[in-house]
Amino acid sequence: MSILVLAEHHEGILSSNTANVVAAARQIAKEIGGDIDLLVAGEGMNAIAEAAAKLNGVTKVLVADNEVFRHLLAEPTAALITDLAGDYTHVLAAATTIGKNVLPRVAALRNVTQISEIISVESENIFKRPIYAGNAIATVQSDEILKVITVRATSFDAVDEGGNATVEALDIFAENNQSAFVQETLAKSDRPDVSSARVVISGGRGMGSGENFKLLDGIADKLGAAIGASRAAVDAGFVPNDMQVGQTGKIVAPELYIAVGISGAIQHLAGMKDSKVIVAINKDEEAPIFQVADYGLVGDLFEELPALEKQL
Amino acid sequence: MKVLVAVKRVIDYNVKVRVKSDFSDVDLSNTKMALNPFCEIAVEEAVRLKEKGIASEIIAVTIGPKAAQEQLRTALALGADRAIHIESDQPIESLGTAKILTQIVKQEQPSLVILGKQAIDTDNNQTGQMLAALSDLPQGTFASDLTFDNDKVLVTREIDGGLQTVELMLPAIVTTDLRLNEPRYAKLPDIMKAKKKPIDITTPADLGIDISTGLKLLKVEPPVERKAGVRVSSVDELVDKLKHEAKAIS
Repeated sequence: MSILVLAEHHEGILSSNTANVVAAARQIAKEIGGDIDLLVAGEGMNAIAEAAAKLNGVTKVLVADNEVFRHLLAEPTAALITDLAGDYTHVLAAATTIGKNVLPRVAALRNVTQISEIISVESENIFKRPIYAGNAIATVQSDEILKVITVRATSFDAVDEGGNATVEALDIFAENNQSAFVQETLAKSDRPDVSSARVVISGGRGMGSGENFKLLDGIADKLGAAIGASRAAVDAGFVPNDMQVGQTGKIVAPELYIAVGISGAIQHLAGMKDSKVIVAINKDEEAPIFQVADYGLVGDLFEELPALEKQL
Repeated sequence: MKVLVAVKRVIDYNVKVRVKSDFSDVDLSNTKMALNPFCEIAVEEAVRLKEKGIASEIIAVTIGPKAAQEQLRTALALGADRAIHIESDQPIESLGTAKILTQIVKQEQPSLVILGKQAIDTDNNQTGQMLAALSDLPQGTFASDLTFDNDKVLVTREIDGGLQTVELMLPAIVTTDLRLNEPRYAKLPDIMKAKKKPIDITTPADLGIDISTGLKLLKVEPPVERKAGVRVSSVDELVDKLKHEAKAIS
C-alpha cells in the first residue's frame, strides 16, 4: 500500500507543483498508511533528487537518470512508470501538460481508468473533480487495483521542506525509438510563472490588441505579478496560449487576481475563482466577472490602468 | 495517407449545464448537443491535410447513442469521406473508448489519428494518450502545428510556459489544442452531399470490446458559488481597499 508520485522539473529545478502533489499523496497515505515514493526521471538529476528528498512526507526518492527521460517525453516516461507501478496502489502526477501527457498512457498500459485533475481526497479511493468546465463537481469512486490520478496543484497546500528521504538510483534499461525531442521555446520572462505567482493580472478581449497588454506591464512590475489572459484574448490573437487562464488554460489561485477587460465567461471563472481576492475592471457594469469580484471598478481600462499604475 | 478522426457528441459549449436535483448527474434532457470543439479542430486539420494533398482519405469515427450520427454527418459535411459509428447508449469511460478506437485503428491502419485533446463534458483529457499506449504508437498531444516529413511528423505542442516540438514516427496519434486551426462552417451543398456518404454501424460487443469500468460516479453537485463583493468608484478607493481592507498589497 504505497504511493508513487512523478516529480516534475524544468531547466534543472524541481517544479513547485511537486510539493502540492505530495500534499495530495499525504492525504491518501493518511487513509492507507503507506509510503510515498517520489520518482525523479531525467538526465543529471542529482540536484533535483536532493531537493525532492527534502519534501516532507516523502519516504524514498527514486532516480531514473538517463538521457531518454530528459524532456519527460510520454512514451519512455510512461513505460518507466508502468514498470514501477506494480509495487504501488496509487500513482500521482500534477495535472500539468506533463502529467496529462504521461499518466493516461500509464493507466492504459496497466488496464485501469484514470481519475483526472482531482481537487479533493475524500478517502483512498473517493475523489472530487470538476467536470463541464467547472460547472459541476463530480465525486467518483475508483475500484481499480491501481489508482492513476492527476492532481490540480492549486487545490492542495504544498508540503514544507525539512524531510530527509533516502535517494535510490534505479537500475533501468530505457530506450525510445518512437519519438524524439526537437526543440522547446519557452516564453522568457523575468516575471513569476502565472501558475505559482502571488499576484496575477490578466487581460481580456477588452484590451483591444496585443500591443495594449503593455498597459499591464508597469502594474505587474510594481506588484511582482504574473500576466495572464482570457481565452477570448488568446483566440483574438492578442497573446500566446501559454498565458491563458481558464478551464482550457491554466488554473490559478493567487492571493490577488486582477481581471482587466475580461467579461467573465464561465470557462475563465473556472480557472481563477479560487483566488483569495479578485478585482475586476470592466466598462460593462453587467459583466459577469463582477459577480465573483471582491472589488469591482466600472470604468474604461485605458484610463483606469495608467491611474492604477501611478497609485501603486 | 489515411487519416482517422475521432469525434464526440457533447453538450453545446454555449449552454450552461444544470445539476439534477437528486445530484445523480448533470441534466442533459432537452439540451442542445454539438460536436466537441476540440474534435471540430481535429476534423478541420484532417480536411486541411487532404486539401494539401497529404491525406488521401479521412474516416470519422464516433462512439455514442444513435443521435451521435448527427455529429458524424457534421464531420462528413466538413470533408470526411466516410464514417464509422460504434453505437452504445451506455456512457463509456476513456479507457473503454480507447480500447474501441484501438480496434478501429487495427482494422483501418491509418497513418495518423487526430482527436480533440479533451471533451468538454467530462474534461478527462485521456483518450488520445490511452489510444496511443494501447496501439503502441507515439503521441503528440495538445498540438498547435503539424509538419509532415516522409515517415515522420513534427508536432508543435502547447506546453506550460511555451511550445515544444517533438518528432514522431508515423503512424502516430495527435490531439488538438485551440490554436491548431480555426474550423470552418459546413456549407449547405456539402451538408446535402454528406447525407449520401456512408456510415458503417457497429457496437462495442461486435468488436469484442469489454467496456466495463472500475469507476463509479457517486455524486454530481454544483460548484460553490462565490459571492459578489463591493463596487468601488475610483482607482484611489480600490488601492485603499486592497491595502487596508483586503491587505492584498502593501
